[in-house]
Amino acid sequence: MTKLRQYPHADYRGDYLSRRELLKRALVLGGVGAAGLYLACAPEDRPWSRRDFTGLRGMPVEQPFRLPDFRVAPADPDLALGIGRGGSPREMLLKALDALGGLGRFVQPGDVVLLKPNVAFDRSPNLGATTNPAIIDTLVRLLLVDARAAEVRVADNPIESPADCFAKSGIGAAAEQAGGRVYLPDGNAFEPLYTPGAKLIEQWDFFKRPFTGVTKVIGIAPAKDHNLCHASLGIKNWYGLLGGRRNQFHQAIHEIVSDLSIMIRPTLSIVDGTRVLMENGPTGGDPANVRDGNAILVGLDPVATDAWAYEHLLLRPGRLPDYLYMAEQKGSGLVNYAGRIKVVT
Amino acid sequence: MTRLPGIFTQRLQAILAGRPNRWLRLTRVRILSQVTFFALFILAVWATWTSRLGGFPVSGLLELDPLVLVSTVLATGYVYKLLGWGLIIIAITFLFGRVFCNWMCPFGTLHQFVNWLFDRRPAAERIGLNRYRPAQSLKYGILILFLMMSAMGVLQIGLLDPIVMMYRAMATFVSPISDAAVGGIGSAAEDTGADTGWLDSLKFAPGVDSRLFVGSFWIGVLFLFFVLMNLWQPRFFCRFVCPLGALLGSLAGKSLFRINRIVERCTDCNLCQQRCEGASDPQSRVRQAECFGCMNCIDDCPENALEFTLLRQDKKQVVPFPDLSRRQVVFAGALGLLAAPALRNNGRVTDENFSAAMIRPPGSVEESEFLERCIKCDQCLNVCPTNVLQPASLAEGGFEALWTPVMNFRIGHCQLKCNLCSEVCPTGAIRRISVAEKLGEGAYAEQGPVRLGTAFFDVGRCLPWANQIPCVVCEEVCPVAPKAIQTFDEEVKDVFGQLVVLNKPFIVPDLCIGCGICEAECPVQDLPAVYITAVGESRSSHRKLLLRSRTPARPI
Repeated sequence: MTKLRQYPHADYRGDYLSRRELLKRALVLGGVGAAGLYLACAPEDRPWSRRDFTGLRGMPVEQPFRLPDFRVAPADPDLALGIGRGGSPREMLLKALDALGGLGRFVQPGDVVLLKPNVAFDRSPNLGATTNPAIIDTLVRLLLVDARAAEVRVADNPIESPADCFAKSGIGAAAEQAGGRVYLPDGNAFEPLYTPGAKLIEQWDFFKRPFTGVTKVIGIAPAKDHNLCHASLGIKNWYGLLGGRRNQFHQAIHEIVSDLSIMIRPTLSIVDGTRVLMENGPTGGDPANVRDGNAILVGLDPVATDAWAYEHLLLRPGRLPDYLYMAEQKGSGLVNYAGRIKVVT
Repeated sequence: MTRLPGIFTQRLQAILAGRPNRWLRLTRVRILSQVTFFALFILAVWATWTSRLGGFPVSGLLELDPLVLVSTVLATGYVYKLLGWGLIIIAITFLFGRVFCNWMCPFGTLHQFVNWLFDRRPAAERIGLNRYRPAQSLKYGILILFLMMSAMGVLQIGLLDPIVMMYRAMATFVSPISDAAVGGIGSAAEDTGADTGWLDSLKFAPGVDSRLFVGSFWIGVLFLFFVLMNLWQPRFFCRFVCPLGALLGSLAGKSLFRINRIVERCTDCNLCQQRCEGASDPQSRVRQAECFGCMNCIDDCPENALEFTLLRQDKKQVVPFPDLSRRQVVFAGALGLLAAPALRNNGRVTDENFSAAMIRPPGSVEESEFLERCIKCDQCLNVCPTNVLQPASLAEGGFEALWTPVMNFRIGHCQLKCNLCSEVCPTGAIRRISVAEKLGEGAYAEQGPVRLGTAFFDVGRCLPWANQIPCVVCEEVCPVAPKAIQTFDEEVKDVFGQLVVLNKPFIVPDLCIGCGICEAECPVQDLPAVYITAVGESRSSHRKLLLRSRTPARPI
């Protein structure tokens, strides 16, 4: 009699992989593998292909944006500049605007207007390093009430802390109390701007966020002394919309400033002559360096505006700064303002 | 008479009758308190910013911290500004025991929250984990060590003080991460055309480039280490390490209220230990120095054998004072005595080998006095609008000055009319100064402006000096009037045959205040051609540069 071997788990039945399950698994793994193989090895022109034979496909692509032309055709094409003299900043601004036919000619109801004052430094307004807040206050109110603009934005990328510069210059409070909105620059607010024709800043980081949806742009610059380029006026003011390594600009400051004149074509270019910083610019710091220029300029031709301001606000006779001649060559305006200005006193 | 809904009437009657009430439990009040204090802490860090700092007591929790009070008094002999508030917490401890740890401390709340969220260990295991361990007396040793060091003028409590650690980690580690996340969401939303202006209110530092804090990774590592240790030992930091808890624990021994066990009711089930935060053994003789007053044991006791009470305390059922031998006390104290000479051996504090990069914020007191006061809370770093203030690495001042504020002018500059760091400093390491005092205006004209250091040129790297390329950004941005960076014109024919006018800059050290905007803006960015060193700083009479100032001090 053979002895039957007794297994302890004689009734045990294994749970084996079924044919169906095996096929399913093989299909899924094969599919994932084939998809990976396709993505990695298919020629570059095939859809979904991730192949990068030259290494060029993987390079970051910067998509620079372009700014539109914000200019408005004036009533009198020969008129480059309106100047208001005498009275409070508000009165002078109104006079200068009247010389050009009033603000309503340039800003239509529903426009979104961007104001670019100079808020570069953490200074009180009396030191002349920043735009006079009274002008911002007046202008924002005029735009919102008289011209019925839909929105007024105020933006600058200062050299010092943005929040502090807007606070201590008085411009932040003036803009917000009048109903405007202040945009402070942060790291995400910049995108590369493409400026065809610019020699050195053809593509440069630009403070783009406040420009979204903007239809009119007005610059409001104080007139200031500047050691290297002699004067910081209306055109130099656009420097404050750039980001990136701006500290290289001094190596060719005149080329840069003339590039700025084609980077942006403003609706109006206002130069604030209420507190002219005559020396120790552009930072100032001593009230003794500030002179009351008794004028506000509203320019349609930024070059002519700056030329007049250089001679009559900074009181500098003789040759103008090189960048104005270079801006003229680049087609941003004419240095010669003779017969193209209208002074209202 | 209006009738209250039945449930409220019942609860009210229960409270009035003194019956145990499941609805109005002390643990619920405690959670409310914890949430409030944690929110206040976040609010304080959020409000520590130039556009939000409207006189709010943003360093208030540091001023309430009795360990800051005790250690700075030991170091300096004085109670600066609002540090006397620390007595409030000491008074609360005399009344209720070490309740600060589980009712107010934001770090304690964070630990408890992490445990609540992630610790899924079964109750039986937790009962074992929450038993008192002799190693818990380690924190008393740490306290004695730090206090002894403070008395010797080496203030290091900020390394481990929970409030300081929370402020420091929030400012330098959490806030940049959080701001980057908010900014990323913002720019993604912006691409769809949405107006994302409101996101600025969620940022700790709105309206500026993302802030950098050099070396803050290690601040984060220390912080996260203690947070993650909860997964091994619940409340690891609070039980074993926290010097503030040790201070309060040693004061809690004779507090008026405490947890009391009614022995006749107790069935020795040990359920009170399953959520005991302090590991204070409520199941036998409660260790008063370890008890956080979290009240969980009262909730968990099925027999109502535990109560938080002033009356009918069983004197046998308590261990009032920490479990620490005289030998341990002497050993920790002796270590503290040795620390001072050991840490100062590098000469960074003295005047022989001070670091050129050790440039302190305006209003800082002289270096050895600074180190007696600075708790490394980094509130000054958080409020600084230009990001120039950075946590010091070991390079500038050695271990003693680790994470104290120094200026890194490659990242920012000291803004002329800003005194915010001196406003938020809780301990007077940066003495409170007005802008007028900083600039030497008005009544301060005699003593002149606060000088942080002095600027120098590296003419081998300066573009006009070395490379025939016009530049002088430094002169343009120099904020003092008259400018401390002056230039002289030199017309040269450069190597390409072109005539260039070079404005060659030079420093007038008599006028320089060391604000560093020249270094920050210098285009030779990696090793700037103009740079600030500490020599000439006005806080120290030994680090002077000039025998006399060549121009009379004049208002700027």
